[in-house]
Amino acid sequence: MEKLKSSLTNMLVVLSVIAIVAAGVLASVNAVTAPQIEKINAENLAAGIKAVMGSDDIKVSEPWEVNTFTAYDISDQQGNLLGKAVVTTENGFGGPLKVLVGFNTEGDILGYTVLEHQETPGLGAKAGEWFQDKIIGMNPSKNNFTVSKDGGEVDAITASTITSRAFLRAIQNAYDKVIAGQDATSGATTQASASDMGTPEVIE
Amino acid sequence: MDYVLNLILIIIVAIFVNNVVLAQFLGICPFLGVSKKVDTASGMGMAVTAVLVVATIVTYLIQVYVLNAFGLEYLQTIAFILVIAALVQMIEIILKKTMPALYQALGVFLPLITTNCCILGVAILVIQKDYDLLEGIIYALSTGLGFLLAMVLFAGLREQLELVNVPKIFAGVPIALVTASLLAMAFMGFSGVDGGLKILFGLQ
Amino acid sequence: MNNFKVLVNGIIKENPTFVLLLGMCPTLGTTSSAINGMSMGLATMCVLILSNFIIASIKKLIPDMVRIPAYIVVIASLVTVLQMVIKAYAPEIDKSLGLFIPLIVVNCIILGRAESFAAKNGPVASIFDGIGIGLGFTLGLTCLGAVRELLGTGAIFGITLWGESYGMLMFVLAPGAFLALGYLIVLFNKITKKA
Repeated sequence: MEKLKSSLTNMLVVLSVIAIVAAGVLASVNAVTAPQIEKINAENLAAGIKAVMGSDDIKVSEPWEVNTFTAYDISDQQGNLLGKAVVTTENGFGGPLKVLVGFNTEGDILGYTVLEHQETPGLGAKAGEWFQDKIIGMNPSKNNFTVSKDGGEVDAITASTITSRAFLRAIQNAYDKVIAGQDATSGATTQASASDMGTPEVIE
Repeated sequence: MDYVLNLILIIIVAIFVNNVVLAQFLGICPFLGVSKKVDTASGMGMAVTAVLVVATIVTYLIQVYVLNAFGLEYLQTIAFILVIAALVQMIEIILKKTMPALYQALGVFLPLITTNCCILGVAILVIQKDYDLLEGIIYALSTGLGFLLAMVLFAGLREQLELVNVPKIFAGVPIALVTASLLAMAFMGFSGVDGGLKILFGLQ
Repeated sequence: MNNFKVLVNGIIKENPTFVLLLGMCPTLGTTSSAINGMSMGLATMCVLILSNFIIASIKKLIPDMVRIPAYIVVIASLVTVLQMVIKAYAPEIDKSLGLFIPLIVVNCIILGRAESFAAKNGPVASIFDGIGIGLGFTLGLTCLGAVRELLGTGAIFGITLWGESYGMLMFVLAPGAFLALGYLIVLFNKITKKA
């Protein structure tokens, strides 16, 4: 078979055919993978919430938003409020660092998980395990929630001070805006006042 | 005011802290390939900067008004690379017709730019980071300037290297990589500057 | 040239990482650990084998003047398919490689092989070329990743050998990438040129 000549019609026809075939293939692959991606994200979120609340036997409310934070009210099967899970984002070393953190009704940290990050591959990713035994049980209103280099109570990840600071700030902000700004027992969707950033009030 | 300070922060971070070549590893091929002389290096740097800005504007508009509008986000990669390839061709033709002097200086670099991953990388990053158009343009411009800076510094170092005796087996690329490593180390001194500036600007 | 020779050629004589010095961005950007380097290498290999095969099969139908845009569309589609599949079935890999998956499109190795090999040879030989170059690239990235991980964190493939406290963290960070690659190229040259 002869190679096709570079005439205008040939070029246009070939390019269009290739583009149409490519778009068709992509659309069909997308149709298969998109629900799967959504399912994985939903499962990750559900599993994440269970993990950060330290319990499998929970009911999760519809998400509600405060400023840029997404929060879920968590209660046990009888409907008693156990606490809140908050999705919080902060700029890390390479880009946004997205953390899901669980608080009990006192504001103590029950657990956390890193949802998304663009930190140095392999380094920033350590945040997923590093802080597990360090911050769980702490309370951002009672503990000095900064890295030890800055006079705080938490050891930073070796060589990832920036990631560590961003991580701690993310949790502190989540506490300030969502937990401290709310009546912890009502779970109402009232907006946190904008001025409470510096000194969070403790709600018992 | 905060918006302006935020833009200044984007500029400083993109040029120094998260330098596109030395910290993010985008655009390594021209960084190693055309950095033997300061003039060619600066020519390449300027050509990349120009294409970066134009490409970011066009890809941003395509993302917002075509891909997002019709739910075709999955065609992002293919749409962006085609746009960039077409754009580079167009810039080449326009330059040749209107500014032959500039074409003489930059023309040889233009065909190489299509496969320079920092163009596609920045176009995707602007979308990922949720920048608005102005932030995107500023980000692209300063990323380009960061690239230019790294190129010129590196080419200066390599010109000096020509004058010394390098062990034969290290000659060429290996010694260039070792030099790049030292340059990257110097740029690591900027890490954390963004956090300090943020506090200084009162953005936290 | 028989297919076996094509294969070996890609791994040693035209090793993309150590000899041709192609695809340097992912080489430096994703090799902070051996496993990351290997996943990137394998992802690139998948795209390379398929793009080589498709382009070698349809090359006669593509007029010369539009061959580059046509190749780019083929490659970009393959990369997007790969990206969607990885996101759906291996989200962990997607997390650790991030931006570098869509950037496989502009990896010069792929377009380079399409132009220099697939456009001149048959589909079967092109598959072998894809496997050879792909393996060479994977090997290069895995070696670099292993060296950086070992020197940086004292572990290899996630298995701790002498612990993080004895690691030189610089090797996981940007400067270490350049340095380790420079020395590995020297080593590779030393070995292959003697043999």
